[in-house]
Amino acid sequence: MNKNLGTTGLILNEPLLWEKGSKGRTGFSVPESDVDASPLDSELVGDGPDFPDLSEVDVVRHYTRLSTWNFGVDTGMYPLGSCTMKYNPKTNERQARLPGFAGAHPLLPPQLAQGALELMYKLERYLDEVTGMQATSLQPAAGAHGELAGMLLIYAYHKHRGDQRSKIIIPDTAHGTNPASAALCGYRPVPVKSNENGVLSVETIEAVMDAETAGIMVTNPNTIGLFEDHIREICRVIHDKGGLVYCDGANMNAIMGIVDMNEIGIDVLHLNLHKTFSTPHGGGGPGSGPVCVNDKLEPFLPVPRIVEKDGQYNLSEDFPRSIGKLDTFHGHFGVMIKAYSYIMSMGAAGLKKASQLSVLNANYIKERLKSTYHLPHDRPCMHEVVFNDQNLQAYKITTLDVAKRLMDYGFHPPTVYFPLVVPGAIMIEPTETECKQDIDRFIEAMQQIAQEAKEDPELLKSAPHRSKVRRLDETTAARKPCLAN
Amino acid sequence: MRYLPHTPQEIDAMLQVIGAGSLDDLFGTIPKSCCCRLDMDLPKALTEWELNEHMDELASRMAVSPEYKVFMGAGSYDHYVPASAQYLTSRSEFVTSYTPYQPEISQGTLQAIYEYQTLATRLMGVEVATASHYDGSTALAESLLMAIRVTGKKKVAVSRLVHPLYRRVVQTYFDPTGYEVVELPFLQNGRTDIQALDSVEDLAAVALQSPNFFGCIEDLTAADKAIHAKQALFVVSFTEPLAYGLLKSPGSLNADIVCGEGQSLGLPRSFGGPGLGMLGSSMKYVRNLPGRLVGRTKDVDGRDGFVLTLATREQHIRREKATSNICTNNSLCATTAAVYMASLGGSGFRRLAQLNHDKAEYLKKELQRAGHAIPFDTPTFNEFVVRFPDGFEGRYQQLLEKKIVAGLPLECHYPELSDHYLLCATETASRTDMDSLVKEVGS
Repeated sequence: MNKNLGTTGLILNEPLLWEKGSKGRTGFSVPESDVDASPLDSELVGDGPDFPDLSEVDVVRHYTRLSTWNFGVDTGMYPLGSCTMKYNPKTNERQARLPGFAGAHPLLPPQLAQGALELMYKLERYLDEVTGMQATSLQPAAGAHGELAGMLLIYAYHKHRGDQRSKIIIPDTAHGTNPASAALCGYRPVPVKSNENGVLSVETIEAVMDAETAGIMVTNPNTIGLFEDHIREICRVIHDKGGLVYCDGANMNAIMGIVDMNEIGIDVLHLNLHKTFSTPHGGGGPGSGPVCVNDKLEPFLPVPRIVEKDGQYNLSEDFPRSIGKLDTFHGHFGVMIKAYSYIMSMGAAGLKKASQLSVLNANYIKERLKSTYHLPHDRPCMHEVVFNDQNLQAYKITTLDVAKRLMDYGFHPPTVYFPLVVPGAIMIEPTETECKQDIDRFIEAMQQIAQEAKEDPELLKSAPHRSKVRRLDETTAARKPCLAN
Repeated sequence: MRYLPHTPQEIDAMLQVIGAGSLDDLFGTIPKSCCCRLDMDLPKALTEWELNEHMDELASRMAVSPEYKVFMGAGSYDHYVPASAQYLTSRSEFVTSYTPYQPEISQGTLQAIYEYQTLATRLMGVEVATASHYDGSTALAESLLMAIRVTGKKKVAVSRLVHPLYRRVVQTYFDPTGYEVVELPFLQNGRTDIQALDSVEDLAAVALQSPNFFGCIEDLTAADKAIHAKQALFVVSFTEPLAYGLLKSPGSLNADIVCGEGQSLGLPRSFGGPGLGMLGSSMKYVRNLPGRLVGRTKDVDGRDGFVLTLATREQHIRREKATSNICTNNSLCATTAAVYMASLGGSGFRRLAQLNHDKAEYLKKELQRAGHAIPFDTPTFNEFVVRFPDGFEGRYQQLLEKKIVAGLPLECHYPELSDHYLLCATETASRTDMDSLVKEVGS
């Protein structure tokens, strides 16, 4: 463990908010009133919420201490598969905070909001360009919301043609959000298995696709980190039976400037601005999940849409076949600013390079670790690589143990036990922003952990040892939920 | 490029380990027929400094305070945010972490969200609150779908005084489901016509908003009786949570599900997003709740800690049978709201709520004194409807030129309400600015 990144650091304890403070303190500068007091009908008046009274210093120390218990991308390498935890550029934060953006009311008349509308309009065009699709809506608030948007578009398309359908094909490698989003549209998921190479076979799709099936939800590159190499034929099979192809673009980071999604037959695709386009995850959001479509689905996009005429931007509701609105205003504009800022910083060459290096890093890890960890699909991967715990079973060590032990080495664990088709999966996505030294250090940590599994398995089973808390009792948490004080 | 650390030598060394000749070779598994991409047509990459200039220019073409006086709420409110709140929630440990799947190294996010859930339950008057949703509209749509799951009935009623854009989102969510949404009309006093329920049967839920879209405080006590007499779940939505600093909370008035928008709790308006979808209920519905929950537990050494819990409701376990498809939510927004609520404290929250009410009452009375009609006589919180003289539209446009936004015209959402405008005054509206608005709108 020489030169190991992980240490216990300076970790202070901190009680719950309401265990601090004392009545009458405040951390807020309430303005003096310059108008007369105007009492409200006492029938309507309540006691007000029971919040603790804290000073500004109380609040600042509280959240500062809490923050030190978290691991973020700025702390270290975060190779969480399928989540694209790349570096979140600081300039993006600066741009999103500009008073003209942060202070803008969403219902300003368009002539008073030209800056925001222009940014959104251009971001839509840039995302069209990156994906090859024809039109984009920025309204979906996160990836799953983008999936829902995609399903609603497909539903509206079939309905408009008087050809309503009841099923949708979903591969076994799909994220759980896929079937959940499809179910919101009343579609019954038809699961299909990937083949021994970890991808879909054309015959499998041919066998289930019929006139009752609305289409397919395919993730490409898929969650095993492999490019669906029969995608063109699969799209043809779906289209021949009148269906549409939805692509989950969670893994777009592998193929920017390399694959034209429209050209290969995708009808609708969602992107995660909080993955591919560098906006931070915020401990679980806010994200943004734009949906990109081809000409078949464009008439159904959410409204209002931003339209441009002679350099003036406007909001238009004049799309009678639209699926309607997906959130109150325009979506997560604050997140869009960051993605726009990222694209403007990278340019076309930079984005393509990002994809190339993300694939380089994943393949490098694959090559260097495949003699240590079992690699179920030994083929060149895209931006992520999936190992499992098969080689460690002899020592009764599981994927979970490896993940927890990595924390002691100063790394965030990879995604574990997903995709479901690989038992004990360890899904590593280094992203392009990790340097070679850190990747090497990660590889060495993984190798040392495999060695420890043989020599001192208890070390892994009882890991992590250096974190604020150790393994937590999730069973009791679910059985006797304590969700608020 | 400063975000891409590899030198050409490092790239070569790594390619060698892989056994690939070039970066292009790495994509050899993609069939030639799929590698059809020509160069992307994007603007040339900017330096950090050029980007600042470009973004400053875009942001300069936005009408914001203090240059503009914007007397508009309608679901997005102007409130002071303490510097400490923005500072704390900019800490990169909160900003650059993922959903807390690995609790041992995510206790910061987890405790912050647990505390948010607790403060949110106290604000809404419920027993349990979720970790967050996208915004007030999706929280309402998910609440109504939840009511359908709980009751097994397939129809919901929504007041016309629920934010019109929330109702449109509900419609989008409901469209493919076959479930029905009926709308309840409103009365001349600006409250929902709850008696209209008499003619509707088999309702899973009835949703009201209070304060409603006209700013009027609904009679939730009467609504509780009428709705529960129909065996429907009583859903209360909100756009301005600060109101509950002063008003009785919906939960304390027997609402079964409370949901709404938390933007007012320390989040910038940011042209409408990200906001914060809040949603809570009593514990008896906890296994039907959509979205994430953080729970308190112990670690192997008996220390207190927090984890994501009740995941068997969620998509990554239950897939198509999940209570929602939500995965990424608005966690950092919930953390911000918690910092804001903690900064204000119970005492500050109440004082600020009272101040909002006082400011809006002042503006309302001054407009009335200047001869403008206040069409709805129900008490309001920090926004209200004014009827300006016929053909006020022209004057409204002139005021925009003078950098005053005199509220939101209601006609586009309520065709019967021409010349009606929804105005808002929060703690940020000074008496001088309100006086000048009254003077400028004329009489």
